[in-house]
This record gives sequence, C-alpha cells and structure tokens, in this order.
Amino acid sequence: MSDIDLTTQPVPNVKFSQVGKPLRRTDAAGKATGKTPYAGDYVMPGMLHAKVVRADLASAKMKRLDVTRARALPGVACILTAADLPDRTASTDIPGQTGQKRMDTGQQILVRERVRYYGEPLALIAAETRDIAEQAARLVEFELEPVPGVYDPEEALKPGAPIVQGEDNVVAVHKIRKGDPEGALASADIVVENSYRTPFQEHAFLEPEVGLAWVDENEVVNIRVATQVIEHFRPIADAIGVPHNKVRIRGALVGGGFGGKEDVTVEIYLSLLAQHTRRPVRLEYSREDSFLGHGKRHPFKLTYRTGVTKGGKITGMDVQIIADSGAYVFLSPYVLLYGAVAAPGPYRVDNLNVHARAVATNNMFTSAFRGFGGMQACAAYEQQMDEVAKAIGMDRMEFRRRNFLKTGDPISTGFVPPSAIWADRCAEQAWAALGGPTTPSAPHIRIGRGIAAYQQSYGRLTFLHDTSECWVGVEVDGTVIVRSGVTDIGAGQISALGQIAVEVLGVTMDDVVIYNSDTAVTPLAGTTTATRALYMTGNACKMAAEAVRGRLAGRAAKEFGVEVDEIAMEFNKVFVVDNPDKSMAFVDLVKICAAEGIHRSELSMFRAPFSDYLDPETGQGQAHPDYTYGAHAVEVAVDIDTGEVEVLKSIAAHDIGQCINPAAVEGQLEGGAQNGQGYGLSEEMLYEEGKLVTPSFSEYLMPTSMDMPKVQCILLESRSGLGPFGAKGVGEPAITAVAPAIANAVADAIGTRVFEMPITPERVVKALRDKEG
Amino acid sequence: MSREKTITLTINGRDEQASVPPHRTLLEALRDLGHVEVKCGCEKGDCGACAVLVDGLAVDSCLTLAWMTEGREITTITGLGERDAPHPLQKAFTDGGGVQCGYCTPGMIMAAKSMLDRNPEPTEEDIRIGLSGNLCRCTGYTKIFEAVEQAAAEMRGAGGDK
Repeated sequence: MSDIDLTTQPVPNVKFSQVGKPLRRTDAAGKATGKTPYAGDYVMPGMLHAKVVRADLASAKMKRLDVTRARALPGVACILTAADLPDRTASTDIPGQTGQKRMDTGQQILVRERVRYYGEPLALIAAETRDIAEQAARLVEFELEPVPGVYDPEEALKPGAPIVQGEDNVVAVHKIRKGDPEGALASADIVVENSYRTPFQEHAFLEPEVGLAWVDENEVVNIRVATQVIEHFRPIADAIGVPHNKVRIRGALVGGGFGGKEDVTVEIYLSLLAQHTRRPVRLEYSREDSFLGHGKRHPFKLTYRTGVTKGGKITGMDVQIIADSGAYVFLSPYVLLYGAVAAPGPYRVDNLNVHARAVATNNMFTSAFRGFGGMQACAAYEQQMDEVAKAIGMDRMEFRRRNFLKTGDPISTGFVPPSAIWADRCAEQAWAALGGPTTPSAPHIRIGRGIAAYQQSYGRLTFLHDTSECWVGVEVDGTVIVRSGVTDIGAGQISALGQIAVEVLGVTMDDVVIYNSDTAVTPLAGTTTATRALYMTGNACKMAAEAVRGRLAGRAAKEFGVEVDEIAMEFNKVFVVDNPDKSMAFVDLVKICAAEGIHRSELSMFRAPFSDYLDPETGQGQAHPDYTYGAHAVEVAVDIDTGEVEVLKSIAAHDIGQCINPAAVEGQLEGGAQNGQGYGLSEEMLYEEGKLVTPSFSEYLMPTSMDMPKVQCILLESRSGLGPFGAKGVGEPAITAVAPAIANAVADAIGTRVFEMPITPERVVKALRDKEG
Repeated sequence: MSREKTITLTINGRDEQASVPPHRTLLEALRDLGHVEVKCGCEKGDCGACAVLVDGLAVDSCLTLAWMTEGREITTITGLGERDAPHPLQKAFTDGGGVQCGYCTPGMIMAAKSMLDRNPEPTEEDIRIGLSGNLCRCTGYTKIFEAVEQAAAEMRGAGGDK
C-alpha cells in the first residue's frame, strides 16, 4: 500500500473570486452562434485564389517544369516556380542555439533540382477563381526522374544508404549520461530489454491551413492566417526579402493546432504571390493538401535495457532512440531532445545512458506535435515498466511506487524541478478510479487494464531564453482591456488571460475584452506551443494587472487613510479588508485616477528562467523551466477473434498546479484522451516509398463519437507550478500517457504485447497467433 | 466553362439568389453568399464540419449540389439563434465547455438538432450515433455529449440541471 495520503491537498492561501471557476469562456458564444470569423472566412475585393502544385514522387530529380500552358489559361494571374525565386530559402525559426550541427535549417521554398519528399511544392498559382486555379494546376507540366530514396531511418544510417541532403543522414544527436549505467546493468538482478515503435501521426485539426495576404499602402505584407505562431513574421520577411517591420501577421481564432500550425504553412506562398501580383491572395489547403503540407509526429524506435533488483528497484537504464526526421530538419533536434530528457519517465534512475539520433529519410518531414518527443518516450517507458514488473513478478503499480520520482528528486538531466512531483498521487487516483472490473460481454471478449504515468515539460527549452509580453489597461468606465499577441488554438488561451486580469483587478468576466494575435498592435507574447501560453503570457498578464492594481490601490489607500496592503478589490468594489464599510465602486476609483493622471495601464514582460545549453556529452543541466506530472488509466475490451479494441474507461489524473478554468482544463484532458487513443489504436499513416496512401479522414481513422468513452478527469492542485497562481501547463501533458496506458491494458487483456503502435486489429490478431506459436 | 444557372436558395428563412454551375456544392454556394458560418473541413463528407439542415435534416453541404437544394429550407448555425437569444444547444455548448477551437461546432450543433428534432429523449447511444458523422479533435466528445443531454432536457422543458 501507498503511504501517501490521497485525500489532502494544500489549502489555498488565497481566496479567488474569478480564478479556479469553470466560467464561460469569452470565445464560446461567438463560436456556438457561428459569428466567429476564422482566417478562412475573410475575403477582399479583387482577391485571387491560390493553389500549390506538388511533386508526385518522394525522391527525384526535376527534369522539366513547364508552366507555359498554365500561364496562358485565361484568368491565371501568376505562376511562380523556383526559377522565379533564385535567391529565396525558408528557415525554421528558432531563436537561440542548441549546439546541433544542423542549426541551418534553410531549405528551398519550391523545388529547384531535387524532390526530397512526396508532395514537395513545385509551383504556386494565383487565379481569378478557385476553378481556374485548379484547372491551371492540371496544365502545369513536369517530369520527375526517380532517384533512389531511403524510407527507414535505420536503413538511412547504414553505409551506402542514399543521402537525403548534405554529408550524411544524421540530423541531430543527443546524449544523456549520469552515474555508472554499464556497471548498474551488469550488477542488476535482471535486465529487461525491449524495443518499441511509435508511428507517424497527423494533427487532424478540423480547420485546414488557410490564409489571405495583401500588400498594403505602406508596402507592408499583411497576412491573415491560421497559425499558432504570429512571430513567424520574421522568417517570413527573411524568406520574401523584406525587412521584419514590413510583414504583419493578423491571427484569427485557430480551428485547432496541436503543433501542426506551429511551423510556417501557407504564409510564404501567400506573401510571394501577393508581392508578385500586388493583389490580395487567398490560399486554403484541401484536406489532402493538409495531409501532405505540414510535418507529422516523428516515428520513434526506442530500445530500453532496464536493470532492476528482485526487490523492484531500478538500478540502471540504457535507452537508444532513433527518430525519423523525414526530408527536412524543421524542429527535429528539439523533438529529439525532449524525447531524450523524458526517456526514464517520472522515475528515479541514477545510472542512466540515453543516446538519441534523428535521422533524415525521404518520408514526410516531421516536426512539432502535442507531446513533442516526450510522448514517444512515454509510449515506450511505460510499456517497459509493465514488462519489467512482469519479469520480476511484481504488481505493476507496486513496481511503479518503488521507483516514482518524489518532490525534490533530480530528473534525467540532474535538474531538480522547482515544483511538486505528484506522479505517484495521480497514478494512485487514476488507478483507483477504474473501480470494479467490467464483466466481459461474450466469451471472445477479454477485459484488460492499464496505467501510464508521465513527466512532461511546460515552457520552452530554457536555453532559448523565452519571454512574453502583455498589456493590461482600465478604461474610465471601469472596464478592462487586455492586449496580447497570444494565439488561441482552441484551448481557451485568451479567455484565461481575461480570467487572470479580472481576478487581480477585482472585476468580472463581463468587464473584460481581450485583443489578441496581431503583430502590429498586440504585444508579442511568443508562441502558443510547448505548453507555454498560460505559463508565460498568463504570468505577463498577471504582472501587468498587478502593476495597474498597485497604482489604483495606492490611490484607494489614500482615500481611505489606510496602508495599501489593506485594500481589497472584488466584484467591482474596492474596500478596506478589515473594515468593508469603507468602500467605493471600482469605477469611481478609476475615475479619480483618470482625473489625477494616474497611469491606468501597463505593459509587462515575463522572463522564463534562462539557462545555458545542456552539457553536450552528459546532457546534464537545465532543459526546461519545470514539469507537469500525472497519469492516465484505462480499461479496454479486446475481441480476440477480430483483434478490435474498445476503450471502456478512460481516466485522466493530473497535478495541474492551479486551475485557472477547471472546465477548460478538463477540456484539454478529454481532448488529449481522444488524440492519444487514436495514436494508440487507430490512426495510421501508411506510406509507400514516401507516398502517403491514407490522405483523408475515411482512411486515417481518428476516434469518433462511437469510439470515445466519457473521459473522467481528476484534477489535483499542488499550487506549486511556475505559472500564474501556482498553475502548471496541461496542453501537452493531457495526451502524453494515454497511448501507453491503452497498450498496457491490451497486453493485460490478451497476455502478450504488441510492440508497435497503433495497436490495430491486425496487429492484435498477429500477436495472439504468435503467442499461440 | 460550364453553364451557370441562377437559383434561389431559402437560407434561414430568407430567399437568396446565386448564379452557380451544376458542379457547385451547397457548401461553396453558401460560403460564396457570405454564409461563412458553414465550415469547410474535408470536402469529402468525412468530417461533418459543413453540416446544415435541409428541410430539417442534417446533411453534409460539401456532398450536396447547390442546384439540388432549390426551393428547400436551408438552416445554418446562425439561423438557430444568436448570442442574446441562443438555441438551447448553442447555450449548452457555450456554457458547458462543449466548444474549444469551435471549428466543428456549427456542424456538430446542426447534427445534434437534426437528431433531437426526431428523438427528443435520446439515450447516450442515440447521441453517439447522431454525432457519428461529425469529427472533433479538441474535446474528446465528453462535453459535447453532456451539452446535447443538457439541451435535450431543456428542449423537453425539464429545466436545465442535467
């Protein structure tokens, strides 16, 4: 039994009136009534329609590209090929240094001589109508000569393998080394070795990539676009050859991101066409374009050797990781680093060796996806925990209990997270919440249960030196304005800022408006990626609101003849804490301040902890600001005749530090459960020599309303995080542990393991056959 | 170019005219008329984001030719209600966290309305089946199921507290 008291949580030392409540999100009503414009809903007079022409081979030389006939089609305004862009390249925008050899991510915008992945863009078309653009695309003539490609990262590492680009196929290497891993493995009672494979995954946001660009009267290229990162205006400006202040990104509420709108998508194509035509240009990807046009989750192969005592203590661990980077670098070095740091999971491993490589292939390029390498690691380490427990004959929860990291323990990089480590509490609660086992509905149905715990960072890599800005102001009628560049990709990032500002200023959500996502008019908040938006911009918003509050409270203190720390603000009233009769309306205080010229607004910058790069040989040092911990538990029913897996119960238990909006937190966990379930069971991108043969939602199967159980959420609040009011981040943590929990449940049900995800019916049936021998 | 025909579409109770070729889908026609509340997700009938009601039945407007809907009643999400006077489904989705990125929401609500109009007392299984043509990537469907249950109760006049 655990000695943890699962019932007590720290008593909050502050009383909230707005934070911690499941308030209606500021963006919800507009969306539910169809009034919210998305990036694709904007049109302009004289607007052209764009289309991207793509390569139909994954590895080839361009023999001929002829756009003469397409250009001659009436209604075609512009066609661009690489010949029209002789000195243009695009780079992945990452400030800071990783010490990686391929920091130069520069790549061709359109194919010049060499095609490196299926669907790589060959030409851009702008035409008067969508129909004409489509027709012109069919008139573009090209001849590609096949060149031997490489489609398996392990093959790509072998001598003589085709080289995708540059000197060799190794894109990035990360090493983590502490203690004496070889000695620990040699002296272990048992060493368990297994390899696990994780698949490509498509983000499958419902809103395909879309944007509208035009050059304005000041020669500024304006781009209205669905993006997670409005700060891409800088690499976009570099790519199209204008100064940074001549590109303005106007974001919109985003119809889902999940990392798939983290890289530049349509922006450069739109900008180039707008520059060349001097007319507004709209480009909307078809669903197939979307499947072909943005990077996927990296497939990983992870080989674990875990040394353990008979008593169930992990003595040492060796982890070898190979990640498929696809044809271009994008964020591969960083995804790989996350995977390496996360490799031992939320467990104490003092003797550790991790060797991780990202390898170029002619597959679709891979980049950011919710979970960002940490999820692939979890998929492996949590299956390995079950396998090790089985090998030593120990209950899998008990084995975990004996190895969980505890608050104050160092993680793989030697860094001690500054917050609580509650992986153990979360796992206990999730496991307990499964309740009594379900009775199988038929003789060929097997019931199984699984658990997975995780460690996932929130906030960007600390050597990237991340900052975020936010502006908060109070109008003379007592209403509040928040200005922040933050993009809202559906998680309620904007609404959370409102909730934080009104909490600090003692007003309500009816009193606040948030302006967001415009590089020209809202302070730059950084990316909505890396589970950082609430942590970074939430803190910046809180700082700004507190500064304004401080000045208002100072004036109120003078009015009431008390000290400033005796002033409270709540529900539009300002009063003396111990003498609430001394009070005034918030709006009256604001009017006094306005009349006296007291500054009622503030622009604040929040800085994350800054660190140097990790030691390149040992990987020791600080990688992230902090970590979120939690667990996911599931119960499944497996049909041993068909191999089909049904998820019966899905329980998410996470220490999220402090909920800003518990309904929004639950929304993240429930959505993560869907996204992770698809990863574990059904979402399969099938490539044949680099060609995607499943580019639609009828072939790429994400869980539907028929597949998802109602997800149960257990929210623990350690109030120890680095975010506002002690919050931790939850966007990525929500997905991390779902798939391995399912894998463990399936293994529990059928008595054998499928070592490769997704665990499709075919793989289940094969595993059962192999078991029967 | 293919020939165009001017057709009259009855959209949210109002007649609107559009000149469209025979291959133009209802989705394209509606969006070209400014009804951008109808969302385009896949153009293949796989995702349901473009669902509207045609004579009260939810259909994927991307699979419906505009010419085929002449003289029929088309209802989009904006025809259901608005911020100050929302339909119970809109209210339940708004209040309960059933909306995240919101891109699937218009189609999801139209599919739910189509189902509830025929089956005012749906079981959980009925709701699952009714929404099975509508994909969502954000919510895991949990709060969508709850919103539909809540709205169904309110539409039956049983009050709001699930």
